[in-house]
Amino acid sequence: MARRDSPPRGTTFKEPSTAELPRNEAPPELLRELVAHLRQNRTHLREEWLRRISETRLLTAMTKEEIFAEATSVYDSYVEALETGTFEALTSYARNLSERIIPRGVETHEVIGIVLLLRDVLARSLFAKYQADSEILNRILDAYEPAANRIANTVAVGFVQERERVIRQQQEAIRELSTPVLQVRERLLILPIIGVIDPQRARQLTEQLLRGIRTNRAKVVVIDITGVAAMDVTVANHLVQTVEASRLLGATVIVTGLSPEIAQTLVTIGVDLGKMNTVGDLQGGIEQAERLLGYKVVPSSEER
Amino acid sequence: MEVPILKQGEFLIATIQAALSDADLEQLRMALVQRVVRYRSRAVIVDVTAMDVMDSFASRTLREIALMIRLRGAETVIVGIQPEVAFAMVQLGLTLEGVGTALDLEEGLAYLNQKFKTVN
Repeated sequence: MARRDSPPRGTTFKEPSTAELPRNEAPPELLRELVAHLRQNRTHLREEWLRRISETRLLTAMTKEEIFAEATSVYDSYVEALETGTFEALTSYARNLSERIIPRGVETHEVIGIVLLLRDVLARSLFAKYQADSEILNRILDAYEPAANRIANTVAVGFVQERERVIRQQQEAIRELSTPVLQVRERLLILPIIGVIDPQRARQLTEQLLRGIRTNRAKVVVIDITGVAAMDVTVANHLVQTVEASRLLGATVIVTGLSPEIAQTLVTIGVDLGKMNTVGDLQGGIEQAERLLGYKVVPSSEER
Repeated sequence: MEVPILKQGEFLIATIQAALSDADLEQLRMALVQRVVRYRSRAVIVDVTAMDVMDSFASRTLREIALMIRLRGAETVIVGIQPEVAFAMVQLGLTLEGVGTALDLEEGLAYLNQKFKTVN
């Protein structure tokens, strides 16, 4: 049987996207022997692995039974990946597992930790079995190590990708939720801003507002920043730009709900808000806007 | 391309219909400043709806028009700045300070009528 001519172990780490293990990597009879050994000692090795997991206090967010069930599936997919040299099943299992455990607060180091533990447990059992003959031990390890590293890599990458996907999805959701431009009276818009403003969001806010001014033919806009916890120079300058751009479209902007902290920050960093029309709270802002537009709100009991 | 200037009651209305060269802008400035007194107009409306870019020269010229017309005893309103143009302008720091602005021609007329009603 031909000796493997693939790159030395370790370099396999550099290409996590290759799901297929070259079949000529290890002599098949060695792999077969390896897999048979792992199948034979399945119960024992799995117990050993679980013991090590609870010893190192990984996966504390999950119950013992859950860990047992997941560990069994992981063990079987692991052996299967070793046997067939294909990683699709393992990749999709890893993704599926990540989907289930990420919402429960399982951390990256825990997932990588348990896969590395399994690798170590299996390697130990191989040592124990073949320690008499170092020639065979070496060849078995040659077959085992690249595959094991590849598996660890696949699981870790799958977990991190899933995590990033969740984060991206949430960012997207926040972005879509966060910028309503609402018309409260004829020619009066309010723009309640809640949460953190980053430059990208600030830009999007401005664009939406300017478009809203045009489509609603607004004369006055109340921007309420009660829900904004902090503001830095960039965002403050962006706010000033928004006010100026709105004026170019003929609309007056009233900013309401500046918190004491933000007021302090703005004064300290010296942003010129002299041209800005500010009112304490949203109600005051709307009242001033109504005055500007010539509305007069009177309780119906006082009519006549 | 020369910018047509219409007389509408007490107001002059200049509608920019295409991208203007620097020379066209200067020509517009002279024409407006001369006619505002000749027609005894109280205000000038410059409609820039058709401009999809506003460079610093155009912006500065508009501001100069407004200041010169104030010295000639009338008001200026710039109307029809596109949202994208407005955003680009403030990013370049071109804010047309001290110049009246309105959404479109109709708003500009309403703004001026309101203004002169309260003055008289």
